[in-house]
Amino acid sequence: MGLWSTVAERVGYGLLLLVAVLILNFALISIAPGDIADTIAGDMGGADASVIEEIRTRYGLDQPFYVQLWRYLSRVVQFDLGYSYFYNTPVTTLILEKLPATLLLVFSAQILAVITGTLLGVLAAKKPNGAVSLTVTFLSLFGFAAPVFWTGILLIILFVSIFPLFPVAGMMDVTVEGGFFVKTLDVLHHLVLPMITLASIFLALYSRLARASMLEVLGADYVRTARAKGVPERGVLYKHALRNALGPVVTVAGLQFSAVISGAVVVEAVFSWPGLGTLALQSILARDTPTIMGILFFSSVVVIIFNILTDITLRFIDPRIKSG
Amino acid sequence: MAVATDPLLSVKDIVVDFKTRYGIARVLDHVTLDVNSGEILGIVGESGCGKSMTALSIMGLVPDPPGKVTSGSIKIGGMELVGMQLDSLRQIRGKDIGMIFQEPMTSLNPVFTVGEQIAESVRLHENASPKAAMDRAVEMLKAVDIPEAERRARAYPHQLSGGMRQRVMIAMALACRPKVLIADEPTTALDATVQAQIFDLLQDLQEETGTAIILITHDMGAIAELADAVAVMYAGRVVEKGTVDAVLSAPQHPYTKGLITCVPHLEPDPPVERHELMEIPGVVPALTELGKGCAFAPRCGEATEKCSVEEPQLLATGDKHLTACWVAQQERAQ
Repeated sequence: MGLWSTVAERVGYGLLLLVAVLILNFALISIAPGDIADTIAGDMGGADASVIEEIRTRYGLDQPFYVQLWRYLSRVVQFDLGYSYFYNTPVTTLILEKLPATLLLVFSAQILAVITGTLLGVLAAKKPNGAVSLTVTFLSLFGFAAPVFWTGILLIILFVSIFPLFPVAGMMDVTVEGGFFVKTLDVLHHLVLPMITLASIFLALYSRLARASMLEVLGADYVRTARAKGVPERGVLYKHALRNALGPVVTVAGLQFSAVISGAVVVEAVFSWPGLGTLALQSILARDTPTIMGILFFSSVVVIIFNILTDITLRFIDPRIKSG
Repeated sequence: MAVATDPLLSVKDIVVDFKTRYGIARVLDHVTLDVNSGEILGIVGESGCGKSMTALSIMGLVPDPPGKVTSGSIKIGGMELVGMQLDSLRQIRGKDIGMIFQEPMTSLNPVFTVGEQIAESVRLHENASPKAAMDRAVEMLKAVDIPEAERRARAYPHQLSGGMRQRVMIAMALACRPKVLIADEPTTALDATVQAQIFDLLQDLQEETGTAIILITHDMGAIAELADAVAVMYAGRVVEKGTVDAVLSAPQHPYTKGLITCVPHLEPDPPVERHELMEIPGVVPALTELGKGCAFAPRCGEATEKCSVEEPQLLATGDKHLTACWVAQQERAQ
C-alpha cells in the first residue's frame, strides 16, 4: 500500500472514532444528574419550576436524547462547540486560546522523554549488568513511581529555595519586555520545570523499553554481520541496532499520547500553566458542560492525529511495514 | 615440491574457554590450521564441534563474556590478531577477512537496502565516496549473478529470497576484496538446488579473485568437490587434517571414517547388496565433562585402553596427512 492511501485510511478510521467519542461523551454527560438549566438557575440565586422549564425549552433540553445528540453533532461538524456560560465565550475560542500552551507542554515533554529515555536505554543496554544500567533502572523507576504532583512540588521547592534558576509558575513573565525572540526565551524558561516533571513519568517507560528492545536487537545476526564487516562499535549501536530497536519505543510513545495529555492536567495545575488542563479543571468544578465536552473533543482530535503520525513514522523506520 | 612459504592465515594452538554454570567448557582445544592463499580449506564436523567458534575466533567475534580466547595465536599475513586492539581489528574485519554466515534470512539488517549494506563495507575500508561505494555495490551484485543489479541494490532484504540474500552476503563479504573468506555453513538454510548454485558461485569467485576460502560445512560432498584441504573437528579439537584426496580416500581417524560412511549414496541401479546407512553411535560429549583421553574414545569401535587415558596428538600418518588417533598412529609406525 502506498503512503497516501494508508494515510487516507487512517484518517477515515480517525473520523469514525471521533464520532464515536462525541456520542459517548454526549451520552455520559446526559446521564450525569443536573444540567445547565440547574446551573443557570443556581447562578440566578434560585428560580421556580416554570423558569427552569423555560430555560430547558430555550436550550432544547426538553427534546428527546437522539434529537439533542443530532443537533450537537451537526453543530460540531460546523466547528461550533457551543457557548460557555461560565466564561461567556464560545467554547472554540476558549479552547483555541489555551490549546497552544498545552500542546507546547505535552509535545516538549514527550520529545524529552522519548529522546532521553531512548538514549538511557541504549547506554543501559551496552552493559546490561553495569553501573550505568542499574542507575538508569533505579532513576527511571523512581520517576515512574513518584506521583507527578509530588515530583512537581519537589522541583518547585528545589528551584525556589535552593537553586532559583527557573520560574515555577505561569508561562511568561509580564514584566519581560522585548521582541519575539526574548519572549520566546522567556516562555522556554518557564517551560523547563513543567516539562521535566511531565517527562519524568514517561522516561521510565521509554528507557526500560529501549533497553529491552536494544538487548534483543544486539543479539541479532545482522548485528554480528555489522561487526564482521568492521563497523565501529558506535555505528553498531546507533545505526544498525538502534534503528531496529526504535519500533517498539515509537509505537508505545504514540499510544501514550493520551496518557501524557492526562498527565498534563495535573502538571498544569501544579505549575499554574495556562493550558487546557487548567481550563478543564475549572470547567469541571463549574459544571461548564460545553467546555468540558469541547476539551474532550479537542484532546481526542490530538490523540488521533498523533496516532496517525506514529503510523507514518513507523513506516519510515521499518521498511517491512509497507508490505504488511 | 614447492618451497615452503608462510601460510596466508595461520591459526596456532588456539584455546577458547566458555564459562558455564557447570564449569569451564573448553570449546576449542589447541586448534591449529593453516590456509594458503588461493586455497579452499574445508572444516567438517558435527554440530557443536567448534567449527563456527574457530571462524568467530579468527574474526575476533567470540562472544565475551562468557567466551574467551585463552591462548594461542592467529596470524594473517604475519599480523597477530589475538589480543589486537579492537580499533585495529576492525580495520581487518571486512577488509582482509570477509565472513558469510549460516542464516541469510536474519544476517542482513532489515531496515537498510542491500545496496547500502554492501556500500557501507566499502566506505568503511576504502575511503570511497558514497557514490563510488554504491557503484561498487552494484558491481558486486552483478558479480554474484544477481539479475537487475541496479534495481536490486535498492531492495530491502525482505524483498529477496533466501538464495538471493546469501548472494548479497557473499557480495558484501567480498566487496573489499579480502584475502580470506570464511563461509560458515553458507548453504545450510537453503534448499538443494540453491545450495549447488551457491557452491558453484563460491568456486567461480575463488578462481577469479584468488581469495582463500575457509568453508565450514557438514556437507562431505561439497568438501570433496570444492576443497583442497580439509580439517575434521571433534569436541573442539582437530582430529584429522590433510589434503582432500588423502583424507577422503584414506581416512585414518575412526570418526572421519564414520562421517564418510554416514553420507547417503544415490545410485541409479542399487547393487544387490545394499549399503546400510551408517551412523556413529552415541553423541558428542558435553565439553565440561571431557576426560583425560581421546574425546571420541567412548563412541569409538576401535578404542584401546590407552585411548581413554592419554590424549593423542595430531601427528603425521601419511603424506600431508595428520591424525590424532593412537590406533592410526600405531598402524603407521608398524
